[in-house]
Amino acid sequence: MAKSMEIEVNGKRYAVSYPPDTPLLAVLRDELGLTGTKYGCGEGQCGACTLLIGGTPRRSCQIPVSTAAAKPIVTIEGLEKDGQLHPVQQAFLNTGAFQCAYCTSGMVMSSVALLATNTNPRREEIVQSLQGNICRCGTYPRVIEAVQDAAKIMQERGR
Amino acid sequence: MNTIREKLVVEPERYEFSGPPIHQFELARREFFKILGAGIAVLLVAKRALVAQETGPGSGSFHDEELPREITSWLHIGEDGIVTGFTGKAEIGQNIRTSISQTITDELRVPFENVRLVMADTMLTPFDEGTFGSQSTPSMTPQFRRVAEAARNLLIEVAAKQWNVAPDGLVAKDAKVTDPASKRSLSYAQLARGKTLARNLPSEDPITPATEWTVAGKPFPKVEGRAFVTGKHQYASDMRLEGMLYGKVLRPPSFGATLTSYDDSAAKAMGEVTVVRDGNFVGVAAPSAHKAQKALDSIHAQWKEMPQVSSKEIFLYLKKNAQSTSRGHFRKQKGLVETGLAAAAHRLDASYNVAYIAHAPLEPRAAVAQWHDGKLTVWTGTQRPFANRDELASIFHMPESDVRVIVPDTGAAYGGKHTSDAAIEAARLSRAAKKAVQVLWTREEEFTWAYFRPAGVIEVKSGIDADGRLTAWEFHNYHSGTAAIETPYDVAKQLTQYHQVPLVLRSGSYRGLAATANHFAREMHMDGLARMAKIDPAEFRLRNLSDSRIRAVLEAATKSFGWPRKRTREGQGFGLACGHEKGSYVATCAEVAVDRVSGGVRVARVVEAFECGAVVNPDGLRNQVVGAIVQGLGGALFEAIEFENGRIQNPHFAMYRVPRFRDVPEIEVVLLDRKDLPSAGAGETPIMGIAPAVGNAVFDAVGVRLNHLPMVPHGLKAA
Repeated sequence: MAKSMEIEVNGKRYAVSYPPDTPLLAVLRDELGLTGTKYGCGEGQCGACTLLIGGTPRRSCQIPVSTAAAKPIVTIEGLEKDGQLHPVQQAFLNTGAFQCAYCTSGMVMSSVALLATNTNPRREEIVQSLQGNICRCGTYPRVIEAVQDAAKIMQERGR
Repeated sequence: MNTIREKLVVEPERYEFSGPPIHQFELARREFFKILGAGIAVLLVAKRALVAQETGPGSGSFHDEELPREITSWLHIGEDGIVTGFTGKAEIGQNIRTSISQTITDELRVPFENVRLVMADTMLTPFDEGTFGSQSTPSMTPQFRRVAEAARNLLIEVAAKQWNVAPDGLVAKDAKVTDPASKRSLSYAQLARGKTLARNLPSEDPITPATEWTVAGKPFPKVEGRAFVTGKHQYASDMRLEGMLYGKVLRPPSFGATLTSYDDSAAKAMGEVTVVRDGNFVGVAAPSAHKAQKALDSIHAQWKEMPQVSSKEIFLYLKKNAQSTSRGHFRKQKGLVETGLAAAAHRLDASYNVAYIAHAPLEPRAAVAQWHDGKLTVWTGTQRPFANRDELASIFHMPESDVRVIVPDTGAAYGGKHTSDAAIEAARLSRAAKKAVQVLWTREEEFTWAYFRPAGVIEVKSGIDADGRLTAWEFHNYHSGTAAIETPYDVAKQLTQYHQVPLVLRSGSYRGLAATANHFAREMHMDGLARMAKIDPAEFRLRNLSDSRIRAVLEAATKSFGWPRKRTREGQGFGLACGHEKGSYVATCAEVAVDRVSGGVRVARVVEAFECGAVVNPDGLRNQVVGAIVQGLGGALFEAIEFENGRIQNPHFAMYRVPRFRDVPEIEVVLLDRKDLPSAGAGETPIMGIAPAVGNAVFDAVGVRLNHLPMVPHGLKAA
């Protein structure tokens, strides 16, 4: 049965009414129109639906909307501030770290989470953090480059 | 619906022979400007240059037909100075939107920002057979050069007329026409104002040589990249129309199962749910995907299944069920192989297997369908918008002109999105529900109900003389396909044959088609011969190779790799492979590290040299080449579809392993830019070299020849 609850996404609060076991991904995409977070597998295996819940990267296809209600959610749409791209977004553009770009939202969100706790990750740390994100186009080397570039931009911008 | 769905079953390498009818473009000039607004337009009227080098199973007489004249591309300059190119090609991650925009910018001499591209919309763009076969660059680059150049000349003529001077001395540059004598100038926008000028031109005009390109040939970032990093770009799966419903389709438990009993009363009782049964098709549409799934789960259906071949026995099956060669399938013979074998100092015969693999694009099949006044519009991720339109028209018994298919830039395809399955499903549900319906396949559906790169068996017999020169070469490919089936090496006595086998799993195109399988077998085999002759594998190939373009990439790759290399660690090995296909050339060198204890095989380093004529966008090209190497590693090492009794056993990313960050070696790409040669496509050929290069490196490391793709799905010991 549908249950009424409030979720906070990108600083805005939304009242939604859904069966509590509905994946957060479905509520974001189908109800709130936030389609930047992608469906790739629905099994928590590809990382396309990655977003931040309370700052932690999570697979939104695996998170029931009811458990997501407690903490603020940030999606790819919430990264840009006053027309300025987040350093990670800028770095993906700078390095051309995408082809079809369907994985890009998830890659960006996982990278944002990594850089929030590790300001200057080594290559192996990037690989470790992004291992759960699939880029079927095989753009992995440029994504690693983009994360390193983002770390530099964040230092320059003084975070 | 039943019978038509059956017709959609594809044969291996479907695109090579199933050309849809070629249509005369019928948009009248008046309508043209009604849609685009006033301005200046140039339309390229050309005899279709078909995919001439493609030869495939059952290619029949298709290539010999004289095809009607038609419009292949066009370009419009609006009153605001915006230049819009129109092409039926789709953007599927190969970055053709960017490279075509560069070409238009170059030839028309306008700022890059002023150029737009309308792609893959059956109402707005010229007919196109599809985005495949690495044809977008070789066909669209010269076409847009011609239309853009003609548009530039037309603008000069308009200015000349306005000023009442001769056009010869006028200069078109920086989006304006200038008269150097009087220093007058008019912008393209001013020249286009109030005009409805259209010009046809033939395709035969010469085009600007690559040596004179200024914008093309340079690295350019992906057009509209910002929309992708912000999540704003809407793929077909992201579209949300007013009142749109979500559709789900009931899948049979196994391939070929037929519906015997059916009860949808619970689904119908749920309210707000539309249930459709049409032959074997059962689907539902509901206001949320969640509700649609619930409704689908409540349907009780029983199916009649039939026994089917399993992956365990597939290779034996393919050998046993090869059809006779009398139907004109590929067979080519030069001299008598027996004579060549008899003359050989060394002989090597071997057999190679290639498993079924899945495309697994990260965006599964998706479509949104909407009916309005008996007309149908579908947004879907497909490589063949016009073929999708024709299939929809045929299925719903309506004229093609009443169906419009639009392809938003798509979450990749790799040859896997030729069919219109999701579009048909969405359209059928939408017609019943009388609302727009979206169908987005689940990952499991994508892994099960799409189609696969066909499995195959390849058998090779060969001989070399005492100097390491090939004396005989006999090559049989069962089922996997004919792409790059012929050896590029010099050998007087040879027989190459393709053996068709009836479909086991639904199969079709895949990036590079069978070129990967054929190169795997050929280049592994060449390595084996080199070792028999005790000649370095690079030297052995060069000794048997007069094709200068392959020689050039092989020499470039080995030079950058530092071939030959000395082993410095236990388990280290080096291998190489080379070849050509679809007008482009590749050579790949690989270093592997084999852990004898664990059986783990890690690819440590790859150097690939690639040549595709004149390079249009080196940045996009590098992305494609690196991506192909990484994707190719999956099929080389661990990707395989497992099936039994008509069921896919591993339809999840947790069970079907694709390359991830940790699998990626150090990769170096060497691009040979041949400005003296026409641009060839680059989406496919760079994938061919990696599997045999890695296989040869594994042999170099541990002396084991892995003749089966994938080579190490469970590590070396299990293989």
